[in-house]
Order: sequence, then structure tokens, then C-alpha cells
Amino acid sequence: MQATSREILKLERVTMNFGGLTAVSDFSLDLFPGELVGLIGPNGAGKTTVFNLITGQYTPTRGRIYFEGRDITGWPPHLVTAAGIARTFQNIRLFGGLSVLENVLVAYHVRLRATFWEAMFQLPRYNREERRMRQEGMELLRRVGLERLAEAEAGSLPYGQQRQLEIARALATGPRLLLLDEPAAGMNPEETRRLMDFIQHIRREFNLTILLIEHDMQLVMGICERIRVLDYGVSIAEGPPEAIQKDPRVIAAYLGEAEEEDVVG
Amino acid sequence: MSQRTRQILTSGVLLAWALFLWWAERNLDAYYVRVLNTAAIYVVAAVSYTLINGIAGQFSLGPNGFMALGGYVVALLILPLAQKEMGWILEPLAWPFNTFSLPPHLFPLAVLAGGIVAVAGGFVVGFPSLRLRGDYLAIATFGFGEIIFVLANNLIGLTNGAMGIKGIPNYATLWWTWGWAIFTIWVVRNLAQSSFGRAMKAIREDEVAAAAMGINVFRLKLLALVVSAFFGGVAGGLLAALISTVSPTIFTFTMTFNLLVIIVLGGLGSTTGAAVTAVLFTVLQELLRIVETPIRIGPLQLPGVSGMRMVIFSVLLVALMLFYRRGLFGRSEFSWEWVLGKFRQRGMASASDQSGNLEA
Repeated sequence: MQATSREILKLERVTMNFGGLTAVSDFSLDLFPGELVGLIGPNGAGKTTVFNLITGQYTPTRGRIYFEGRDITGWPPHLVTAAGIARTFQNIRLFGGLSVLENVLVAYHVRLRATFWEAMFQLPRYNREERRMRQEGMELLRRVGLERLAEAEAGSLPYGQQRQLEIARALATGPRLLLLDEPAAGMNPEETRRLMDFIQHIRREFNLTILLIEHDMQLVMGICERIRVLDYGVSIAEGPPEAIQKDPRVIAAYLGEAEEEDVVG
Repeated sequence: MSQRTRQILTSGVLLAWALFLWWAERNLDAYYVRVLNTAAIYVVAAVSYTLINGIAGQFSLGPNGFMALGGYVVALLILPLAQKEMGWILEPLAWPFNTFSLPPHLFPLAVLAGGIVAVAGGFVVGFPSLRLRGDYLAIATFGFGEIIFVLANNLIGLTNGAMGIKGIPNYATLWWTWGWAIFTIWVVRNLAQSSFGRAMKAIREDEVAAAAMGINVFRLKLLALVVSAFFGGVAGGLLAALISTVSPTIFTFTMTFNLLVIIVLGGLGSTTGAAVTAVLFTVLQELLRIVETPIRIGPLQLPGVSGMRMVIFSVLLVALMLFYRRGLFGRSEFSWEWVLGKFRQRGMASASDQSGNLEA
């Protein structure tokens, strides 16, 4: 029991200053295996900064970050990914000039055991690994329903599928924790509904813990079990969706100063 | 098409090329042989240059520096002892180079040594600059080339300063130059199409995303630069042996500019494109010698302007960037499927023409 409930990700009083600006302040967070948690808050609240801190884009000014019990504070991004955390980006960052399959294959590079000499001279071990990677890549694309587009140029896909591919590419790194940064941005309600199903599907299929940033309340309230609210870099509320929806501090943060005075008053 | 068919086709072409070289060596005069040799050296330099600039997308301006390193190393290793004694007037040649001279059959070893020294140069310039994102590599490699130029002028005990090293035995036969050219194409293309090449292309497309995919961005950029430097050194070594002299002015920035024109014309990111344009460039450079000699057109007497060829190449480059930005090959590689596809299309077109005629 103890083992399963132990947190997969733990942020301990993390603070991030950019010069005089405090983007994230004293932020703590515990994620447990298998959870689907939403991180919400008004624009500029510091949500993406939290992601960048977890994935090593930034090193926190203060505080520690633990993943599966290991202190990963200050690790460079590629090592964080190798440890088992994958992410998507708010503004899609695919390798536009590469094919859909190649986008996924890039993620397998860390697992390559053949040296670059073997790749350069096309020695048998490398060729074997390359074949296996391609098979696995196709298998992954099948599981997420993109196999028919394997050879298409990633940059030429329609928007919704680019989002989907970005998630598939993140899955290819073999993560146990997936960070999704506004996956529904720019989607219509119908697409958002399909994305919700997709997220639920991959969460079961790949046995994931998911932390997602989202503005779309339909999505957040629909699939998250727990929601954390950030405002001006400070954590102001946490709880199940129903409670968060009614929380006066949250309403104040979203609706502005006047309301807040009312609430305080 | 099966792997086997492709291999047979490629072997066929290589065999035909070998036969041509064998024939050329015996029947062509020295001038044409030299053009062929130069073309091969440009192939080595351009194909390796496109690895760092086109595949990994890191703007390096370093090839002239790497070629200079290779050139001087080969010169120092194979120059006959008599030349080594006579050539250095201001200062004697430094130890240990004044004690030995590699015989002809060790020429490949000398070229290899040139490549390895260039690799060391690649590390020196890449290690500090590749950690940063942006144009730092361009600045650092450009500076590196200039440093090599200054060193070549001033380390007289090694380089003989501005007078350069003369009388290098010409061991660069067609077999060596084209052997290296084909080896370079093969190796760089393998690398570019492998998982390592994919990771490099990912860095070119989006560095942040590549790191988020677990790619060690710094290591892969350094790998691209160092492999590129190795073949740059090889090309420089071959060039030194071919023209039998090295001096600081041979490896100036003009060399890098030429190579830049070649890889952009060929399509940034295509190794085979770089190879094809390298040959075209060499040939065109010879043909355009005409514009640098005085020409008479009827009553009109045009004086020959030296450097006019570079003007033409520059105009060509600008025109290409305006009207055909992807270059000759774009980012695609030469493939037999593509060639046969073209033939098939043509065949089909003529077939449908005929059926059209029949209907009429």
C-alpha cells in the first residue's frame, strides 16, 4: 500500500525568480502514480514555468524536485526525459521537416546501444536496432491511430493531428509521467471531446500519471481528478473539480480585483 | 525496389566510374586530370560541410580552418627531407618533422593524420561555442579560420610563414582523391540517415523539442562538427598533395565561401546534392576562366577582370535564393527509386501519347 501511494513527483517549495520577477513562489506539489491532475490559473500565473522547472528547462532559484524518489533538481532536459518524464508544448513544437514516423523515432535515439561508428559503417548491430526501432515506431503510431500518416511530413498535418503526434512523440520516450501543456488550445468543442477520450485512452494504455495545464474548463473539469490553481506564481487552491469550481479564491483570481475585495470583505 | 537491386545498381555505377578513372589516368592530359582531382576534393569538403550546416543546422564557417590544418599536417609529413632542409630559410624546420618523410605508400596515413588534427581543431572550437544556442558557432568558427591564418603566417618553424611550403610530392592520384570522395559520401550519408542523423535533424528543426525527446543536443552538435572537421582535414591534405604547395593564402575564407555556395546550391541538408554540385562547381569554375581573360567581341575589347568568376557565382547564389530556395536537391537524397520513377513517368507519358494517337 505504501509503495503504490508514494508520490511519483514531488515539488518542495520551488521558487523561480527571473531578475526581479518571481514567476513561481514557494510551490509544492505531490503527484501520485496513476493520477490525472490539472494545473490551472489565469494567463501569466506561472503554469508553464512549473513545467519548465520540472523538465529542466530552468533550474529553480530555491526548492527541490523529486521524481520517483530521486532528486532531479537542475538536471538538463535530456536527462529528465531519460528518467521518465515527457512533455508537450503549448505552441506545438514538432520536427516539421521530418516525417511523422521520424518524429517518433527521434525519441528512441537515447535507447540506441549501437555506437555512431556502427551507424556510420552500417554494421549489423546498428541495422538490427534500426529495424526494431521502425517496427516499434509503427506499432506506437498504430496504438494512437496515426499509422496511415507515417510517411507524411509532420509540418503538413492538420492542427488536431499535430497535437496528437506531439503526444505520441512524447509517449515514445517511454514516460511514466506525462506533462501536457494546453493540449486543447485552439480546438473546437468537438475536437476537445475527442482529445479528452484520447488522453483517457493513452493514460490507461500506457499506464501514465498525467499533469496537464489547461484553459478549457470543459476538459479540465471533465477528466481531472484533482485540480491545482496558480495565481501570480502562488498556489491558491487545490481540490476535486466540483470544489474548485465553487472556491471563492479561484473565482476571484479569474474574475479580478473587485470580486476579490468582495470575497475578502 | 529491393535492397539487392539498389546495391547492384550502385556497384554498377561505381564500377563504371572506376573504369572511367582508369581510362582518364592514361588518356587525359594533366589539366583534365587535375580538374577531376579538384572535383573529388571539393566533393569531400562539401559533403562533410553539409553535415554540420545542412543536417545538424548549425551554421559553421570553419571548413577553411580545418582544411588548412589537414593541408599543413600532410605537407609536413610527406615533404622530402631535401625540401625540408632547403625550404626553411628564416628558421629551420622544427623537430620532429625535420627528421623524417613518409614514403608514398604511407600517404593515406598522412591524410588520416591531417583529418585527426582537424578533429582536434573541431573540439577546440566546438566545445565552448556549441553549448550556446544561436550564431556563436558561426562567429567562433570564423575566428578559428582567422587564427589558423595568423598562426600559419607566424609559426615559421612549422609553416615557413607567408612563403609557404613548396615541392610537396604529388601523391594525390585520381584513385586516392575519388576513393576518399566516395568514402566520404558513403559515410556521411549513412550517418545522416541513421538515428544519429535523425537526432541532428531534430536539433535543426527545434532544439528545445529535441532536448525534450532525450537528445543530448550538445553531444550531437559536437559529433556533427567533429566528423565534418575530419573530412575537412582530409580534403585539405589531399589538396596540399595535389597542388604540391601550401601557404596561408590557399585556405582563406574564399574557400569556405565556395563551399557554402556549393552546399546551398546543392540543397542544404542533402549530401548527394552537395556531391553533385561540388563537381558542377569545379567544372563551371574552369569554364568561367574565360571571363577573367581579355575577350574581343568584334570591335569591343573587354579586359579580363580577375575575381570575375566569384561575382558570377555570387549572382548565381542570389538568383537561386530568390527563385529556387531549396537548391538542386532540396533536403532529399539521390535514390534509385527517384531516377527509375522519372524514367517510368517518361515511359508512361510516351505510352499515353501513343494511345492518344491510336484513338485519334
